[in-house]
Amino acid sequence: MRFFSEITKGLIKENPMFVLVLGTCPTLAVSTSVINALGMGAAVTFVLICSNIIISLIKNIVPSSIRIPIYIVVIAAFVSVVDMTMAAFLPDLHKALGIFIPLIVVNCIILGRAEAFASKNNVLYSLADGIGMGLGATLALTIVATIREILGSGTWLGIRVMPNSYEPMLVAILAPGAFFTLGFLMALMNRLKEKRA
Amino acid sequence: MKDKVLVSPAPHIHDATNIPNVMWNVVLALVPALIASVYYWGFRALFLSLLGAITAVCTEALIQYLRKVPIRVSDGSAFLTGLLLAFNLNVNAPWWMPVVGAAFAITIGKQVFGGLGNNPVNPALLGRAFLLASWPTLMTGGWEATRFGSVNGISNLSLISDQLQTIAPKAHALVTSATPLNIAHTLRDTSFVNTFTQSPALNTDIANKIFISLTDGSTLQNLFWGNVAGCIGEVSVFALLLGAAWLLWKNIIEWRIPLFYLGTVAVLTFIFGGIPGSGTSFSLPIFHLFSGGLILGAFFMATDYTTTPLTKKGRIIFGIGCGVLTVVIRMVGGYPEGVSYSILLMNVFTPLIDMVTMPKAFGKVKK
Repeated sequence: MRFFSEITKGLIKENPMFVLVLGTCPTLAVSTSVINALGMGAAVTFVLICSNIIISLIKNIVPSSIRIPIYIVVIAAFVSVVDMTMAAFLPDLHKALGIFIPLIVVNCIILGRAEAFASKNNVLYSLADGIGMGLGATLALTIVATIREILGSGTWLGIRVMPNSYEPMLVAILAPGAFFTLGFLMALMNRLKEKRA
Repeated sequence: MKDKVLVSPAPHIHDATNIPNVMWNVVLALVPALIASVYYWGFRALFLSLLGAITAVCTEALIQYLRKVPIRVSDGSAFLTGLLLAFNLNVNAPWWMPVVGAAFAITIGKQVFGGLGNNPVNPALLGRAFLLASWPTLMTGGWEATRFGSVNGISNLSLISDQLQTIAPKAHALVTSATPLNIAHTLRDTSFVNTFTQSPALNTDIANKIFISLTDGSTLQNLFWGNVAGCIGEVSVFALLLGAAWLLWKNIIEWRIPLFYLGTVAVLTFIFGGIPGSGTSFSLPIFHLFSGGLILGAFFMATDYTTTPLTKKGRIIFGIGCGVLTVVIRMVGGYPEGVSYSILLMNVFTPLIDMVTMPKAFGKVKK
């Protein structure tokens, strides 16, 4: 039962983007379109699941004084896998995400989960945590990107959803638009949480 | 206790003035500029201005209702923000621009920070910056000529050779479609000037002739009265000065910021305000003071109580800072006009300026 609660907590209650506010830098940077957000979300989820599993397996043999460099080596290995796979099979998406794929190595969500969860829990729960956090990050990225793409380009997943007379609001796909969107979504989340409590 | 006393931002000076009084007086002071705009462009200027003001008031009321705080839209501050935002628009702007801009200005520029007195930057200018970033082509192009057919303000066309259209069609297109600051900005771009004709000497000559007619006495007169393309509220220096004089006389705005702002611009543009090879003259500072949104900005936006320093020394620093930034943006930056960004930037520095210039309390011993 706990396996499922470890998955679902990442979606809303401990959403990495809106509640933990981890890894916002790539979130803000790549959420200009839904396709980029989904690609980034998939990459992060894959790395998160794999690194959580490996780190929870090796947690007892890693000396605590050098644990962070070791975690980063593990994470970097999986990021390289994602980077090369994407470059080989999805070159367009790889080009669009650019530097933010290698930067997953230093993404706070992944290192944060390794440090706060995988290094203290068994493989099964770490796997669940990785899935939940990955899906939560993807969900958040997709919501932010949906708002930004519709406002800033008038499209969703590349399909035109706004009438032709709509003048795209460029600021939505610029950096300030990312902050506005994330800020308002976080305010909304807090508001909903307050009401429930 | 909290319900009985209205918690308001400093300074707590007991005086007959109050917020509604100040705000509606500033609105009144903007009426001449609005009249001038209606005179030059017709009722669309009034329509857009009222649309901006009414949207701002409705947005403020809605957010105050949602925040469950007393609804105080009758104090005029939202009306003023909406009006100033609309004053920053092209008269050709689509009707939804003042609506979106004013709603943004009130929501993100003001209410997000806690409403009147808590906003770090001028909401109207933030709204303008938002519109400029979102719809750059609608904000910077398609200038509407005044009822006298003036876009560039140049009335003494004899200075520009009649054959300009045939010799250098590019230069002719520039002169006839752009605002004065736009023309000056483009003439400073030597690589563009050199595409006018084949001969570099002739290009420099054309650029200088255009610039001379741009800073000619008759052009400056047009700029003074407002017979020139531009944003709704910025064109008529005369009307704006009437309003500014009213505010200064009523002691609603203080003279330090406008004086040091305009003074800095005048001094700097006297030295740097020309185009390559034009030299300096006393018409340069006048040209720079009268064109663009400088007068509107200096008297009505850089004097906003919330976002400018409280101390006298601080206001002098603020004014000089705005002036330097405006000239830097106009002369070196990518935009032809820099008033709005320079005021926004100095708004951000206001808490710092206040901290540095805070006077020593009487009797306080230095540690």
